Amino acid sequence: MALDKEHLEYPHRRYGMDHDRYDWSMLSERRAVTWPEGKRLALWINVGLQFYPLNQRGTPFAVPGGMTMPYPDLRHYSLRDYGNRVGIYRFLQAFDRFGVKATFAMNTELAERTPQLLARICDRGDEILCHGWNMDSLHYGGQDPAEEASLIQRSLDRLRALSGQDITGWISPARNESAKTPDLLAQHGVRYFCDWVNDDMPYRFRTEQGELVAMPLSNELEDRFVLMNNLHSEQSWLEQVCDAADFLLAEAQSGGGRILGLNIHPWMLGQPHRIGKLEAALEYISALPGVWNASASDILTCWQHQQATH
Amino acid sequence: MAGGATMKADPGFYDYWPYDKRPKLNWPGGARVAFWVAPNIEFYELDPPANPHRKAWPQPYPAIPGYSIRDYGNRVGHARQMSVLDRYGIRGSISLSTALCDHHPEIIAQCAERDWEFFSHGIYNTRYTYGMSETQERDMIHDAMVSIKQHTGQDCAGYLAPALSHSELTLDLFAEVGTELAGDSAGFYTCDLFHDDQPTPINLRSGKRFASIPYSLEMNDTIAYVVNKIEPRRYGQMLKENFDRLYQEGADSGTVMCIPTHNYQVSCPHRLKAFEEALEYITGHSDVWVTTGREIARYFIDNHYDTAQASIAAPSGEY
Repeated sequence: MALDKEHLEYPHRRYGMDHDRYDWSMLSERRAVTWPEGKRLALWINVGLQFYPLNQRGTPFAVPGGMTMPYPDLRHYSLRDYGNRVGIYRFLQAFDRFGVKATFAMNTELAERTPQLLARICDRGDEILCHGWNMDSLHYGGQDPAEEASLIQRSLDRLRALSGQDITGWISPARNESAKTPDLLAQHGVRYFCDWVNDDMPYRFRTEQGELVAMPLSNELEDRFVLMNNLHSEQSWLEQVCDAADFLLAEAQSGGGRILGLNIHPWMLGQPHRIGKLEAALEYISALPGVWNASASDILTCWQHQQATH
Repeated sequence: MAGGATMKADPGFYDYWPYDKRPKLNWPGGARVAFWVAPNIEFYELDPPANPHRKAWPQPYPAIPGYSIRDYGNRVGHARQMSVLDRYGIRGSISLSTALCDHHPEIIAQCAERDWEFFSHGIYNTRYTYGMSETQERDMIHDAMVSIKQHTGQDCAGYLAPALSHSELTLDLFAEVGTELAGDSAGFYTCDLFHDDQPTPINLRSGKRFASIPYSLEMNDTIAYVVNKIEPRRYGQMLKENFDRLYQEGADSGTVMCIPTHNYQVSCPHRLKAFEEALEYITGHSDVWVTTGREIARYFIDNHYDTAQASIAAPSGEY
């Protein structure tokens, strides 16, 4: 019994990463960033507006939050749809009540299917970023490159046309990618993407078509992950968000500006028994001194200006 | 792998030894509990060769979700945990993917500056022992121990197999390679066994004096957060309760408490506070020996190993 010899060979054992996408860098060693008006914590609320098709193919895997029952899985289809019909309007009301601005990550197919919802977001003047075509249109290793290229082009072009916005941000469905995804995103005018959860601050990401910026949007603190994956209580989600805000604000004292990225979904927190916890989180964070609430693009631009002077 | 004729029902590493009839274990300074924190500093490869017995990642290459959160531990989490350990006077005992010496020498330098311990957790946490020949496993263990020596000057004392992947010979090989490299000052303890709250002698084919040091799977942040899906504040509470009982029992005979951590779990902004509060609580007690894995193992082997062996060998209750 033995393994092939490649198992004891280490071709990427060298300084830095085992790939060339970005440079190795410790957050604690980087130059401090400052936010407008001396604020210390940028609050980025990112709302996922998603369409989970009933005829899910699950290629190469069933998306978390998607259909799990034999076709037609009406329970999960309609429960996700609830978020776009009901939950989102509770969200908008909560944002207005606490005077906070959110950024909306939208599946392009949902923008097509629900023009009233798209119009409401656009009328608010809030930023929309592209969340791929729909939740069953995954980007993945082994995908036909032409298929992925057309999926990305169609998702971006159509969302730009429907929304009238530039659409420079991207989150892949399930945050899954092929080896080519970042190159295709850069090629089609994307400035920043949020799939890699390896930092608490933005960083530069290389592609064959120039640079992208990876924006930090915690998966560990997201409502779906805490409530549906970890099965924690709503109260615990609230505590975790408040603890994270406190921690990042304190770290920002010595380490420079930080970002609290809250990724939330109206089909999850928009339920009647959960919306109160979102409101309590917004109330807590917006009352903290030193918080700068902004869109993803505004945070990115502010960060980028400080990199340019480096 | 299904059970088969060549597999053992019992690994044979240790003999049964009732907890309530043991000779008293005395820690330095009369401490009740030997307390150590073991940060796992790991490197997971984006594209490792596929081990035939265990998949590294659930998605086809590139498995960004799993890879990137682990990278977070090194980019962001490490410095956070280190500053918390500094605050409470705790020297970490690093369970190290030794390739990290090449990839991220800055982290190694920061730990070395603080006189932290480095022990072997294999080369990469995406290379499993499963399927290796004895020679291959020996080579892998040798490579990792030599890397630690070269990059830190330390003789590697302890082992936690990469991703907890073992063969029947893992502990024998680790002890033997240690002897080959540095005699009795390398390869003398393991964290791979979870059978006790006190150190225990381990039976090896070489007869080397070798100890199992408690490295709690139950207190391990990744087991707590990822497997058991514990809420952060409850994790902090569990740590305190674990300590309370070990401290109470430590008045009769010394115990060991270990918190194994991972920078991509415990150092997340919503989790670090619970960990810090537990450390403040634990180190706020007198009679706690805040130490490292190596120091616990060395002390046990030098002072209690023979008594333990005699007690284990004695007919039940006669010691």
